[in-house]
Amino acid sequence: MFNIFQYGFIQNAFIAGSIVAVVAALLGYFLIVRGLTFAGHALSNVGFAGAAGAVLAGIQPVYGLVIFTVAGSVIISILGKRIRERDVAVGVVMTFALGLGILFLSLYHGFAESAYSILFGSILGISQSDVIVTALFSLIIILGFGYLARPLMFSSFDPEAAEARGVPVRTLDIIFLILVALAISVSMQIVGVLIVFALLVGPAATANRLTPRPARAMGLAIVLGLIYIWLGIILAANTVFPVSFFVAALSFVVYLPVRLLSSHWWGRGFRGENVHA
Amino acid sequence: MQDSIILENVGVRFGELSILNDVNLSIHAGEFIVVLGPNGAGKTTLLKLLLGLIHPSAGKIQILGRTPRRGNQAIGYVPQHRVIEPETPLRARDLVGFGLDGHRWGIGLPSRARTEMIDRALEEVDALSLAESPVGLLSGGEQQRLMIAQALLTDPKILLLDEPLANLDLAHQQEVVGLISRICRTRGVTTLLVSHDINPLLQATDRVLFLARGHAAIGAPSEVINNETLSRLYGLPVEVARVADRFFVLGAEL
Amino acid sequence: MSMLDLLRQGFVQNAFLAGTIIAVISGIVGYFVILRGQAFATETLSHVGFAGAAGAALIGINSLIGMIFLTVLTAIGMGTLGQRVKGRDIEVGMVLSFMLGLGVLFLSLYTQNATRAVNLLFGSILSVTREDVMLTLGSSVVVLIVLIILFRPLLFASLDPVAAEARGVPVQTLSILFLFVLALTVSQAVEVVGALLVFALLIVPAASAERFAIKPFSVLILSVVISLFSTWSGLLLSLVGHQPASFYIVAFTSLFYIISRLAPRFRIPGRYRELPHPSREV
Ligand SMILES: Nc1ncnc2c1ncn2[C@@H]1O[C@H](COP(=O)(O)OP(=O)(O)OP(=O)(O)O)[C@@H](O)[C@H]1O
Ligand SMILES: [Mg+2]
Repeated sequence: MFNIFQYGFIQNAFIAGSIVAVVAALLGYFLIVRGLTFAGHALSNVGFAGAAGAVLAGIQPVYGLVIFTVAGSVIISILGKRIRERDVAVGVVMTFALGLGILFLSLYHGFAESAYSILFGSILGISQSDVIVTALFSLIIILGFGYLARPLMFSSFDPEAAEARGVPVRTLDIIFLILVALAISVSMQIVGVLIVFALLVGPAATANRLTPRPARAMGLAIVLGLIYIWLGIILAANTVFPVSFFVAALSFVVYLPVRLLSSHWWGRGFRGENVHA
Repeated sequence: MQDSIILENVGVRFGELSILNDVNLSIHAGEFIVVLGPNGAGKTTLLKLLLGLIHPSAGKIQILGRTPRRGNQAIGYVPQHRVIEPETPLRARDLVGFGLDGHRWGIGLPSRARTEMIDRALEEVDALSLAESPVGLLSGGEQQRLMIAQALLTDPKILLLDEPLANLDLAHQQEVVGLISRICRTRGVTTLLVSHDINPLLQATDRVLFLARGHAAIGAPSEVINNETLSRLYGLPVEVARVADRFFVLGAEL
Repeated sequence: MSMLDLLRQGFVQNAFLAGTIIAVISGIVGYFVILRGQAFATETLSHVGFAGAAGAALIGINSLIGMIFLTVLTAIGMGTLGQRVKGRDIEVGMVLSFMLGLGVLFLSLYTQNATRAVNLLFGSILSVTREDVMLTLGSSVVVLIVLIILFRPLLFASLDPVAAEARGVPVQTLSILFLFVLALTVSQAVEVVGALLVFALLIVPAASAERFAIKPFSVLILSVVISLFSTWSGLLLSLVGHQPASFYIVAFTSLFYIISRLAPRFRIPGRYRELPHPSREV
């Protein structure tokens, strides 16, 4: 089972996968607390159009992805100012991008095959240079993220007070989604556009149910994300099924019991902890 | 006495809708002011003006001797009706901590000094025992106290509270009023508190600011809440009844 | 081949029949989806449809049946589990990602057929059979009847669930029933535009219509008109232009949405002054 590690591409997949899992889990935490789950899903679909366009233009898919997802995140933030409108605005941007994506692909010859690998990822095709690109992008994301962390937290949980304190709430909205866009772009090659979402939201959704402490929740999300991607790659390498399936299934299977049972520990024993101290 | 807030001929319009019209007032340092007025009178708008979140379309505002600007550390602000969902993954202590450094860039490391400051603010609002609870599970009154603690963390000179008494029962109203007036008196914090009911605040307040139809009247409670002034503000006959040292306004919604 | 010859072809007629039926009910159901803020739930159900169709292909039954089965099952699950299946809920998102994973699994079991996957995801209206048309018609009739019966309480419960509950409207049951209707509609829309583009047919027309009119009936009719126009034009253009029909349909509905977003600037504000303002109760 573990002799798969002899292969260069599996090693590459592991390195790239781990980096991506960490970044996705961190951003996923904020996607959830900001109520942007759907936007995360939509952006990964927007990425499909970018990748398809890149295939058509004959350039590296990752560049098409970056251009489209970043543009998509800006449009989403501008269109969906109010929460009620946001879901629809997000959905329209997503659908339109997907429509473009299918147009690009139908103009291209290897239509179905290239669509398939963009949608579902192709872990076997990860080269050394892909790993380097992934690492570079992730470094940018993490640095940007570290810089924004506190105001991002503040404006996620308490936007009105944050605005009064001088946090540029609207600008943060856009910058945050751009970071998510970059994270999706680098994740896509490994897990495919369809399941980037699982990697973003799955670990953080579970972690958030386990602890109300932000720092712990983020740490926990990272650990879960790493476990999912590692198991996913190992299982995929030993079977005929894609990594994306395992990642989605694992995160759901862990999430479901945690979600259903969380009311048993949520808030229990917190109150009065200091009373006796 | 020194003035900490001065408004001169201030007007606010949203498109063609005029909210405030030629408002003049000055508020002294350390004063406790209750802001009254019907829904949509512009009470929240006034607080946002002071915070620099919206700009007046006419007139001048001075706050601590300067024009309002966003992110003024000298102002503590408790926004109107924030609803915290029960499953929000955040502790009371984290929510309060935002008041200290939530607006600063970078990650921010935990430190003993920070924890102590948060503890002190929590203690001040009598919520230290709630520090580790998930915020969403707390009652409305408990959440309200946390918000006040958050606003107090930077040791503000001015405190703006938007309907902090809404959703509280009488006992909790008294508790919050006592808390705020203690802070106002002992620290000399200028306090503007928006409310729909003056009665729980009669003991605490110095003056009342009444907003209606774009106009403002300020003065001691009995100077403002009387037939003459309110009828002038509303532009229609309003009767005020005083029963057992409490005000009841008839013919208008307070 | 001239246009007229094309329109005489069986597969073209099937496409138009199915497209018309689906456009009509999508326009209607979409209105309620917007009212109830269930855009994300719809998106999720469309991916459930993808998994259902892929599973059906695997065991060799009609894909529409597979979709209906799995979407209805999920809809009932979502309705009973989540009190309010609202747009931003993580629960919905988790179901979505799991269903995608499941769809991927089924497809990879199904001899790794890439064309099949792409058809499911992006629609294949031109390969609709007469049997599909009949199935579509049948389930659309069910959807319409249920909606007509539920119309008023559903409207009430969607707009003001608390008051509706106090009046004795069975809000929770309505929520499940509506998700059931939604599931049926989504399954059919997947056939026309594919799982990834259901949004274009189910939500975008209603969202655009909502900005032009305010009375429920006007919005409903406008929404149906937009989705019919987009579907027909999309089909015609794809016959002439050889690009996938779903692309044209998406392009048309998006265009309507963009127009609707720009339109309020030209609207007479006076018309809306009479509406109750949430902060003006006096
Ligand atoms: N950004 C805005 N654009 C347009 N109109 C606005 C805006 N903000 C507030 N208004 C309008 O200004 C008026 C005053 O609003 P404000 O929130 O200040 O009222 P309020 O006195 O706080 O009322 P309440 O007691 O209900 O809280 C309202 O009619 C409101 O509709
Ligand atoms: Mg207000």
